[in-house]
Order: sequence, then structure tokens, then C-alpha cells
Amino acid sequence: MARTAIPGRLGWQLASVAGKQFETSRVMTVRLESDDWPGHLPGQHVDVRLTAEDGYQVQRSYSIASAPAAGRLDLTVEEIADGEVSPYLSEELRPGDRLELRGPIGGYFTWTEADGGPLLLVGGGSGVAPLMSMLRYREAIDSDIPATLLYSSRSWDEIIYREELDRLSADPALRVIHTLTRSHPDGWDGYTRRIDAAMLEDAAGEPGPGQLAYVCGPTQLVENVANNLVALGYPTDRVKTERFGPTGG
Amino acid sequence: MAGNFISRGFRGRRHEDPAAAGRVPPGQYITPDFPVLSAGPTPRTPLARWDFAITGASRPTRRWTWDEFHALPSESITIDIHCVTKWSKLDTVWEGVAVDTLLDGVETDGTYVTAFCDGGYTTNLPLADLVGGKAWVAFAYGGAPLAPEHGGPARLLVPHLYFWKSAKWVRGLEITSRDRPGFWESLGYHDYGDPWREQRYQGD
Amino acid sequence: MSEIEDEGATRLDGNAAAGVLTQLFCGEPSGAVIICAGCGASAEIGALPAYGLELGAILRCPHCDTAVLRVGAAGTMLWVDMRGAVSLRVRIGGSAS
Repeated sequence: MARTAIPGRLGWQLASVAGKQFETSRVMTVRLESDDWPGHLPGQHVDVRLTAEDGYQVQRSYSIASAPAAGRLDLTVEEIADGEVSPYLSEELRPGDRLELRGPIGGYFTWTEADGGPLLLVGGGSGVAPLMSMLRYREAIDSDIPATLLYSSRSWDEIIYREELDRLSADPALRVIHTLTRSHPDGWDGYTRRIDAAMLEDAAGEPGPGQLAYVCGPTQLVENVANNLVALGYPTDRVKTERFGPTGG
Repeated sequence: MAGNFISRGFRGRRHEDPAAAGRVPPGQYITPDFPVLSAGPTPRTPLARWDFAITGASRPTRRWTWDEFHALPSESITIDIHCVTKWSKLDTVWEGVAVDTLLDGVETDGTYVTAFCDGGYTTNLPLADLVGGKAWVAFAYGGAPLAPEHGGPARLLVPHLYFWKSAKWVRGLEITSRDRPGFWESLGYHDYGDPWREQRYQGD
Repeated sequence: MSEIEDEGATRLDGNAAAGVLTQLFCGEPSGAVIICAGCGASAEIGALPAYGLELGAILRCPHCDTAVLRVGAAGTMLWVDMRGAVSLRVRIGGSAS
């Protein structure tokens, strides 16, 4: 299992692209491998650095979406039109290429079984990535800690990991609740609006002892949800937040 | 500082423009965007409460309400801007009141200025760098009122220095006798900030 | 010799503190708890709204917007201003270092 302490120097390392797959039309997962990769804690992220031939550099952070594993990590990237980094990762990067990254980073927005639960995970768009690392880890260790994922997407086609979430929710201790904010398929009987206090109350209710919440996605969503959870009685130190900025990653 | 690794096929969104060669300071890249950088949340001062002041070692001190400020002569300026984070944007069009106009008739022994802003941001400059047609208090960008995230209702514009000196949400200029490091200058950024001499950090 | 003179003779300096300070700066920062000098609220660093990340980091109290931790990334130097914080507490060591 990964270390909890970050080493004193956080150095840049190289990982190889083992493969890529599309999750939705604009979101893809890059699978990386490196013998030096120590594994991570669910919720942690990496910084990715791109360098052009003339020395021009840009850097972005991406949450690790996979369950902890030595030697491997997956990053789920939403392609932002006119972005600096995401179009390169989505379109140019190929298996066999190397990517410079550093990490794993983070000790606040992390969950392991030792932290307890039940868990409320609230995600918007690509903010689901670190929450997926938590759910994949939870499945891998066969945990029976109850968990609820409340996940906001613009449409059915834009639900990231949709089929895998369907499969995971066969676990009776895991509830996956979707809300589709811009369009929904015929016959959809789920939520069709942005996450609000009423929806959180339905999904989360009053927090019991041990209840932990993790909220990740666009800054506006994260701040609204966190405020609503505190109003529902969640202690502020039991609500962990990760803001992805305006576009959700 | 770049290591040795080069990302195959990566170029970024920089624009190459051979015609612009002489206009881009060392270490800068042209961008088509207008990135927003802020040290704090965007202030939302209602115009009815907004004013602009010349204070400190200024005889007399001055203050304009929004309406009084807009009654001053203003001009359209087209300038290149250079951010210390390495992006440059050419031919940006603004409208503003020249600082010369704001200081017209002011007497002072002071030689420095601290620009102060809603939200508490400050930056320091020599008074000489604000006069002689080198600086404005701008209230419009690209033909429209200056957006809050870009410093609206009004920001300082000092294009010959790195753009962190063009203080957003500016509310006044305090004339001082000493150069007093402002917000970013107190955190290691250069007191003067000339992009042509790459004065990004203290000690450069 | 008086007690005061004894104490002056034995007082060490920041060099001797460098060991524990290295642990401070190697602790995991996003879980560190900071107390705001503006309003007294406490929060983990990971929860704080962050600004100015292109130039360093300005972390603000979510209740009163006071800049509790200001960092300027100035080339090879990091300038840190903590006037907006009463105190900081960081977990050191851990399950496997």
C-alpha cells in the first residue's frame, strides 16, 4: 500500500503511456506505467508537465482515477477546446510516448478504509475521477463500508464510467444516483437538475456517526454542495472538497 | 527550469508571428487568450460607492466619484501587454483616463506611488513611470466596459511594465517618498518589473 | 554566575532547529490545519480557496477572505508570508516514511 508521508523532495519522473480509451466523446483515460511508481492513496493527484522543444512548459494537475497499484496509474482527462494540455493528451499522445509527472500528491482529499464511513461522494463532470479511485479501491479491497455516489452530468452520453458504475452498483452497499442537468433520454425517471439542498437531503440525509463526504468538480458546484452539506448537519471537518476550477478539470 | 525531457509533438497554443518579433520581450510567448490571474476573489463594488483618490504626499489630495471620473477626458489606447507568467498579448485596445490628467495640477515631493485596490491588492511604481503618457486608469477593454474578472470597473494600465503592475480594481494612487513593496513585490516579485530587462523577481 | 547569564550561554539558534523544521517542510501540506488571524476559523489547507497559483499561492480563509498563507514563487526562491495565520499544524512522520 502506498506511503502516507510525502517524501521531502517531490521529483519529476517519467511514465510510459500503455494505452488510451475514450470514456465519452470528450473524455478519455490515459493508462500509464512506470516501474518507479509507488502507488497512491485514493483521491490523490499528479502534476503533469509538458515541455516543447524550445523549452516552453506548461503544467496541469490530474486526479488519479484508478485504484492504487504499484507501477500503474490512470488519468481521466476532459478535453477542453483551446486548452493547452488536454488536447495534447487527448489527441497527440500515443502508446509508447512518455509523460513527465510528479506525485502522488495530496493528503487532505484522500480516503482509505481506515478513515471509515459511511461515504457520500458528490461529483460534477470530470470531478468524478478521484471519487472513482475511491470506489475502485473500495471494490478491490471488498469493503462493506456503505457508499453513495451522487453524480451530476450534462447528459446520459456524458456520464463518465457509466457502465462500470452500473456494474459496481450491484453491490447492495453502494448507491449510484445520477442527475442529468441539460438533457435526458426518453423514459428517464432520475433527477434532471443541478444538485441542490433538496437533492442532497434525499441522497444523503442527516449524517450519522462516522459519515464522511467528498465533493469534487467545478468550483461553483463544490462550494454550493459543501455549504448545503454543512447546513444538513455535516461537521465541516467531515466534508472534504476539491475544486477543479470553472470547467471541471 | 526545463529538464532534459521533451514531450514528443507538444507545441502548446502559442502563436508564431514573425512580424511580431521585435515586440515580444525575452522569455515571452504570444497568446490569443486573455488569461485571468487574481490574488483574491473578484470585488463587486457598486458604482454608487466607487471613488478614485490621489492621496499621500499630494497637494492637493483628490477624489472623483464614478460620474466625476467619467466626465474627465479619456482616450483610446492600443497597447501590448506582458505578463510575468510569460504570455504577451499584442494590440489590445482600451479606453481610459490618462494618469497625467488625474495628476494635473498636483504638486508633490514624493517620487513613488502605491496603487491601492478593492480587495487589498497593492503594487508600487516610481511616479515617473505613471506620467508622460505612460499610464492610464482604464474602464473599457475591446470596446466594452471592463469586465470584473479583468479588473472592472477600472484598473491601472502601465503597459511598459509587467502586467501585475496594472493593478485590477484600482481605487487610488498614494504618492510616497519611498518605494514600498506591494502585494507581489513583498512575495519576491521585482520592485520595478521591466519586461525588456526580464525583471521578474527581486534581485533580477 | 546568575541564572540569566547561564541561560544566555546555553541558548542555541535556528541551526539547531533545522532538523525539526525539515520535518515541518516535508510534512504533507494539504492536510495541515491553519487558523485564520482575521476571524479565528480553522480549516485544512486543502479546503481553502486558492488564488494566484500562476505566481505562487494565495490561500484565503473561506469565512472572511483573509489571506492566511501567501507564497510567491520567485524563480529559485519561495517567499512565504503568514501574517494572516495565527498558527499552522502539520502532521509529520506517518505510517511509512
